[in-house]
Amino acid sequence: MSNKVFMKGCEAIAEAAVRAGCRFYAGYPITPQNEIPEYMARRQPQVGGVFVQGESEIASINMVYGAGAGGTRSMTSSSSVGISLKSEGISYCAGAKVPMVYVNMQRGGPGVGTIQAAQQDYFQATKASGNGGFKMIVLAPSTVQEAVDMTYQAFDLAERDRSPVLILGDGVIGTIMEPVVLPEMKSDEEVAAMKAANREWAIVGHSRDEKRGFLDPGYWSTDMQEAHCIELDAMYRSWEENDVQVEELSLDDAELVFVAYGTSARIARSAIELLRADGLKVGMIRPKTLSPFPVKSFDKINYQLCKCILDIEMSIPAQMLFDVRLAVKERCAVDTCLRSGGNLIERDDIIRKAREILNGGAE
Amino acid sequence: MEAVYTRTNTLNGNLLGFCPGCMHGTTFKLIGEVLEELGVDSKASCVLAIGCCGLAQEAVSYDLATAPHGRAAAAATGLKRTNPDTIVFTYQGDGDLASIGLAETIHAANRGENITVIFINNGIYGMTGGQLAPTTLVGMKATTAPGGRDPKQHGYPLHMAEIINQLVAPVYIERVSCNNPANVRKAKNAIRKAFQNQIDGKGYSFVEVMTSCPTNWGLSPEKSLKFLEENMMKEFPLGVIRDNR
Repeated sequence: MSNKVFMKGCEAIAEAAVRAGCRFYAGYPITPQNEIPEYMARRQPQVGGVFVQGESEIASINMVYGAGAGGTRSMTSSSSVGISLKSEGISYCAGAKVPMVYVNMQRGGPGVGTIQAAQQDYFQATKASGNGGFKMIVLAPSTVQEAVDMTYQAFDLAERDRSPVLILGDGVIGTIMEPVVLPEMKSDEEVAAMKAANREWAIVGHSRDEKRGFLDPGYWSTDMQEAHCIELDAMYRSWEENDVQVEELSLDDAELVFVAYGTSARIARSAIELLRADGLKVGMIRPKTLSPFPVKSFDKINYQLCKCILDIEMSIPAQMLFDVRLAVKERCAVDTCLRSGGNLIERDDIIRKAREILNGGAE
Repeated sequence: MEAVYTRTNTLNGNLLGFCPGCMHGTTFKLIGEVLEELGVDSKASCVLAIGCCGLAQEAVSYDLATAPHGRAAAAATGLKRTNPDTIVFTYQGDGDLASIGLAETIHAANRGENITVIFINNGIYGMTGGQLAPTTLVGMKATTAPGGRDPKQHGYPLHMAEIINQLVAPVYIERVSCNNPANVRKAKNAIRKAFQNQIDGKGYSFVEVMTSCPTNWGLSPEKSLKFLEENMMKEFPLGVIRDNR
């Protein structure tokens, strides 16, 4: 018997978070992710958790900073322009080593942009989510099932590293409905044990013979601040070795390799099926972690055969393109197939571009 | 010999680091004494603001996290809601609480969060060096208002205790000072009540402490006291503003 349920992306993410032990959520309304706070408002009280509608994005991330500092698995979510407002708080979490998970259901930009799905926050997500040059593990789901699995895992990663983790979705992932298998609900005992394990560093009150909880997003000494940066850098490097998640599709014989994530990757995949059926040798690298970026996957491409790497993203100008170029190391030409502003990439655009590259434009 | 007066155990002996004539040190002492006397110092957690108060972070023995500028009440909300047994207080200056953090301040008060808010009002930005604060008096000079606060340009000083008194939820609001021994005792009683309310689960308590800033007022500690008493307290009168039983 199947235990699949039919759920909308935002709601599935919220449920996965609750099942992972998330017991605090704060957020502020913004489309296209309103179903996350709405779901949490209903769901958290059922599990003894807390939902707060913050007075702003800024207040919401700082409520999460406080709840995370208290050792509770905590989450916030928003979309693009709202994430910009959270930047300072995210940087504080990274600096003070407060674990938390947040979701960005990307929409068009810059500015208030559009409410439709886009991938225009790649740089913000992977390069500068706030001041100070910190990094985060950035998970990019391509299906609702993957969003569920990644959310469930994100809390473990956040707690392991005492660092923020970002689920980078978009308006499609957030609002599409798909059948999903939900992960196991962590028991109240498990949730309590996870929180108790955080007590050592959490600011929940310590007796005089214990070391106090002290979460410091800054230092008076430049040498101590530098030492902190060096320690964080070592962690970021370990991610590159241990935490890359990627899907590699038919790289062995590929004459053309797509690179796409999230919703773009769904569309690219459907293009590959049609192109392969026509005998065109197309493969794909689909980063599931955008940070750390799957650099090593690009070494598996047969550059004797491969004519071009095609970066496919819903962002003009292209953003992931720069990580792709760094990974390709000029071993091959790199081209782009882009849409932006809330417009989806169309499968036919990708197919046309692929045929141009492989057949010199012949249909 | 019996010790009749000792330093509170919540101050660990590290340098507080405040300027001569500043009243942050006195206020931290009072908070620490109250936490110890109420028997909750080992359950206490401070959400500290950005500003001069940061100088105290290594000198206190209780749990502490520094919040982003202005956001202490939001962080305290998240912390207290998820750890109701922890005694959570914010410690914020006027720039933090009344300017950049005005929204967080008002909304936490309006939700009636069961937290204690200690608000240090000296009418000036201290750490950054004497800029115009939301509580700077009319005519009072600041580095960013070299001609003094001009209502036509800068508006009037914000009276936070009175603004919070417009809200239904808060249970206790008092304005105190540390300008003389009698007022220090009153300040301590106010701080005690603000923590007792939290222990009793009553809700939001707000204590505004009028203090001086000799360094950025450009006055000696002695003249600062006089300015505090003759000017600041005239604009911001001391007293209980609300005490719901």
